[in-house]
Amino acid sequence: MFEFIIIMLVKIAVVFGALLLTVAYLTWLERKVIGDIQVRLGPMRVGYHGLLQPIADGLKLLFKEDIIPAEADRTVYLLAPLVAIIPALISFAVIPFGSQVKILGRTIDLYITDVNIGILFIFAVASLGVYGIVLAGWSSNNKYSLLGAMRSSAQMISYELSMGLSIVGVLMMAQSLSLVQIVKAQSVVWFILLQPVGFLIYLICAVAETNRAPFDLPEAETELVAGFHVEYSSMKFALFFLAEYANIVTVSALATTLFLGGWQGPLLPPVAWFLLKVFAFIFLFVWLRATLPRFRYDQLMGFGWKVLLPVSLANILVTGLIMAWR
Amino acid sequence: MGIEASLPEGVLTTTLEKRVNWARKNSLWPVTFGLACCAIEMMATGASRFDLARFGAEVFRASPRQADLMIVAGRVSKKMAPVLRKIYDQMPEPKWVIAMGACASCGGIFNDYAIVQGVDQVVPVDVYVPGCPPRPEALIYGIMKLQRKIEGESLRQRG
Repeated sequence: MFEFIIIMLVKIAVVFGALLLTVAYLTWLERKVIGDIQVRLGPMRVGYHGLLQPIADGLKLLFKEDIIPAEADRTVYLLAPLVAIIPALISFAVIPFGSQVKILGRTIDLYITDVNIGILFIFAVASLGVYGIVLAGWSSNNKYSLLGAMRSSAQMISYELSMGLSIVGVLMMAQSLSLVQIVKAQSVVWFILLQPVGFLIYLICAVAETNRAPFDLPEAETELVAGFHVEYSSMKFALFFLAEYANIVTVSALATTLFLGGWQGPLLPPVAWFLLKVFAFIFLFVWLRATLPRFRYDQLMGFGWKVLLPVSLANILVTGLIMAWR
Repeated sequence: MGIEASLPEGVLTTTLEKRVNWARKNSLWPVTFGLACCAIEMMATGASRFDLARFGAEVFRASPRQADLMIVAGRVSKKMAPVLRKIYDQMPEPKWVIAMGACASCGGIFNDYAIVQGVDQVVPVDVYVPGCPPRPEALIYGIMKLQRKIEGESLRQRG
């Protein structure tokens, strides 16, 4: 029992640390990649090729003045960033990033826990993140942040629907809700080949869920200043920033697990394959931001309800018919 | 920094001061605030040939709450002055101001009833960048001057 607790604590610490480090350095990666796409250099002056940039940014934000607007609802205002970031970090508890390794004569599973409703857990927790945004927008007592929060909640709720439906095909084929079982079901062929439509819908919804370009309407600078976090300064703003990037890592890891065969792959060790696939997804996110302009609000809503939802329903129907046939 | 107030200029926080100043000078996020033709040069400074991102300062924040630096890029009319002051007041400490170009520095060619004769009548200015408009190199030089200035600041002056 004691041994179990120690192993668990170490695993949680390693995953949490690695996740936070990845999230912090995603900002550097994004600035570098976008710089490269726009034929610029990106951060260069702090450390080798700007490698210390996230540390400088973090330290600066930590030492900045923390403003709470006079008319804000203090309790909710202070609570909102936490409500945003905790769900973003917690969903990593069920994502498997490797099969098993032997350390000091013990077999250790490379996931924190394998719940048999893993995917439901992730969706349940991820949908809590929208509360952080809505509470932030409302408690700031600012018209722009309220508008940003309204947009964000409408967008996330509509796209979560299609996202949930897009993976039903995968669940039908894997016959399980456990993420480890889903990965094992892809040992012959990855689900991206069997569920291309589902994958495409998942990808679009994932971008919309994380409020990234071209679906970054909640933070549209040209209309809403900075969206739901207009009034947030210092470390509270940094928490929203981190939550956004942590969400990117989570949806990328989930896409890897559901559609790209998780940790499986030839030659390289499982963890390396997992990281490779996740970072390929993250690169895609940055690439999209550097390429596409922002959607208009009615286009966004129309696309979500009139295109993605029917297509994902049809995808389930076709998958079911084919499975019944065989 | 509560401890600073009750201490003489001591050994205790000099290293911290150094690190914090290092972080501040390498992460100068400007507020998106273009007023006139100088703003075009400011945009050019952010774009590929000159690339403000090298200094970690390309993060133009739309909300003043998240910005450290105000680049007053252009002439400030008397109608704009209160707005400018309000945006400055909304920025959290520590904050810095660069007066970019002749008009922001001293009124420039607009010696008339409508234009504020130098933005330092409204907000405290840290660095003046001359030129009409200054080339991007000049603005980058101004930002590097500001970085030098931040290096020498103490936490007692800046909260």
